[in-house]
Amino acid sequence: MLADQARGLLADRAGPDRLRALIDSGADWDEELWQELGNLGFLGAAIPEEFGGMGLSALHLGVICEELGRANAAVPFFSSSVLAAGAIALAGTAAQKAKWLPMLAAGGSVATFAYCEGPAGWSDRAVACRADGGALMGSKYPVADAGVASLAVVLAKQEQSLSLYLVELSGPRVTRRRLPGFDQLRPHYSLTFDGVDAEPMKALPATAAMERLFDLAAVQAAFEGVGGADACLAMALRYATDRQIFGRPLASFQAIKHRLADIAKDIELARSNAYYAGWAADNSEGELPASAASARLLAIGTFERAARENIQVHGGIGYTFEADCHFYYRRERTLATNLGTREYWADRLIAHLPGFDIAAGEHGL
Amino acid sequence: MDFEDSPQEAAFRMEVRAWLEENAPAFAFAPGEKLTDHEIVQRGCAWQKRMAEGGYAGILLPRHLGGRGGSIVEAVVFGEEAAQFDLPRGAYLNIGMGMALPVIGKHGTPEQIERFTGPTLRGELTWCQLFSEPAAGSDLAAVRTSAVRDGDDYIVNGQKVWSSWAHETDWGILIARTDPTVPKHKGLSFFVVDMKTPGIEVRPIRQISGASDFNETFLTDVRIPQSSRIGAEGDGWACAMTVLMGERLNQGGSRGDRGIARLIRLAAKTPRGEGTALDSSAVRLALAEAYAEEQGERWFQARLRTMVSRGDNPGALASMVKLAFANRLQRTSGLAMEVLGMAGVAPMDDDAVTQDIHEDYIWSTALRIAGGADEVLRNQIAERVLGMPGDMRADKGVPFNKL
Repeated sequence: MLADQARGLLADRAGPDRLRALIDSGADWDEELWQELGNLGFLGAAIPEEFGGMGLSALHLGVICEELGRANAAVPFFSSSVLAAGAIALAGTAAQKAKWLPMLAAGGSVATFAYCEGPAGWSDRAVACRADGGALMGSKYPVADAGVASLAVVLAKQEQSLSLYLVELSGPRVTRRRLPGFDQLRPHYSLTFDGVDAEPMKALPATAAMERLFDLAAVQAAFEGVGGADACLAMALRYATDRQIFGRPLASFQAIKHRLADIAKDIELARSNAYYAGWAADNSEGELPASAASARLLAIGTFERAARENIQVHGGIGYTFEADCHFYYRRERTLATNLGTREYWADRLIAHLPGFDIAAGEHGL
Repeated sequence: MDFEDSPQEAAFRMEVRAWLEENAPAFAFAPGEKLTDHEIVQRGCAWQKRMAEGGYAGILLPRHLGGRGGSIVEAVVFGEEAAQFDLPRGAYLNIGMGMALPVIGKHGTPEQIERFTGPTLRGELTWCQLFSEPAAGSDLAAVRTSAVRDGDDYIVNGQKVWSSWAHETDWGILIARTDPTVPKHKGLSFFVVDMKTPGIEVRPIRQISGASDFNETFLTDVRIPQSSRIGAEGDGWACAMTVLMGERLNQGGSRGDRGIARLIRLAAKTPRGEGTALDSSAVRLALAEAYAEEQGERWFQARLRTMVSRGDNPGALASMVKLAFANRLQRTSGLAMEVLGMAGVAPMDDDAVTQDIHEDYIWSTALRIAGGADEVLRNQIAERVLGMPGDMRADKGVPFNKL
């Protein structure tokens, strides 16, 4: 039901020709689609009802993310509705939630989440941004969707400790610069802050909030990756079925059949992990870190193979702008690198394996 | 999909758990216990008898055949709970319960059902499978073993291979060619045969594992009465499909699934440099990805189980589990040996864990071939799930004796 509604809208309004037009015009986003999603209430999908959202479960939110991944939609849903709204819901004060969540739910404001400082990431050592005295100084990059966001949740230091801050981006003390991004449909920016007001989010310590937020967001990114991988499989299958070669369909060759069978199998396993992690997010907090990591690792690996093999199955036509493979080939790298790479999730999985505490030593085999 | 038991399932699980705690320990293999093949089968038959007494033999088998008439979910719950014990569950039991009885129940006469069902359920009659031949494995319909009518009997000649436990079991299920003048799938018939019939010679195959639980079976002028044919003459392929679909649903996680969490614990106990093998990010990544795959198989099976309990047929989706499991088992047991370094190749005598890993690494090769080889499963997924064209078949429509 929810899936059909989302898939129908995206197929109608955000098809591949629309994506090509957005790239050609150098657009930051598909603003019309964003309005449509807002009209349907999707932008507040994860925001609690008391703040004007739909208060959907993680599994239902996953349905929307899977469809956005399938369409490779050019909207800041992940930045705004999943990460920024998620951060505010987790770490924001009552006043901050009441002020910002209804605006994000309605789509009137777009928010983003600024955590990285270049390749060093977001570790305690990497973060140089400072918010001493409530005035934020420093740079964050890359920050997804910062071109259209009016609000950012920013990770910065005050004295020696990391905190999350709410920062409005519209004033003169913020400089935004679009980076030569690999994903043409999800622009990334650098943000430079020169003493802009930064309001601390005090409901939860930053490290705990980040870990929890990333676990929850990884589940949604896994759904997005499954949707993208599924789109690649469908595209490769359609092309191989139509394309005649050596007097028969390309799809009749085992070299193609077996490759797509493996990808189909990988997608089912990845989707199963995403479902379980979604269930755990709402029902079994203790299992969330390992199940989110499992979902994340399998979904990203699956999307990676699907995006690569999709171009391979298409042959030369897959290397053209007119074919649709490249949207996914680029988007996959965005998913593979945000929220931490494979090593981060491998560590998280092993550190939170159910019934297993490495620090405690002996466990009996 | 459902990740938790329904109230009825939970009640059934508690009932099963209590029964197993009472009954299973006496039949479970002790760690390191060494038994002869004959003793293993005897243990299996005794356990089968106990399950029958408890009402848990043949959970999926309809009541009128003497089974429990239960749901797939109940069978899965029983399997999950029974897996807490190292119970006999080899082919010497599974072929009878999972293949012979379903095919006899579906295609057999009332007399055949009456004759074979009770004794098999009670562990008094064990079965082997006489399907594959040296020139008919993945292409099973190419079997050459012939069954020629002679009065009320058939005279059977041919050679079968990979007949698991044929050296210790009582009866066999057999596919043979009754009509070589029609295309290969159409000329087959399905039989049951007493393994003590004159003319049957079973020769154990020395396997790469060191065990010899598979066999070659030679059939020379073996007389099989017509009353031992299951289904009509020429219906052998349909009978075989009943058997093989059962085989596919049983596979995956049935043997050697010792869990990635166990390998992670092993790495955490294996000294390396100043710390342990688990301090290596390469090891952590490889094990975490393996764990993610294992979880994917587990929750995919939960989805299939939900599908079945709602009355849908997962069809070739079930092939994905076996394809994933066999390949992962090979990769991860190989990885585990590397985590242990040289000791992974030559452990101390009392290191049962590493010896299990060796067994997994060897067994995974068989698992990638048996019950649908990787390549057959990929074809099935491509054709039946994705709707891709079938392979070009040079033998299509050609009478078998003209091939």
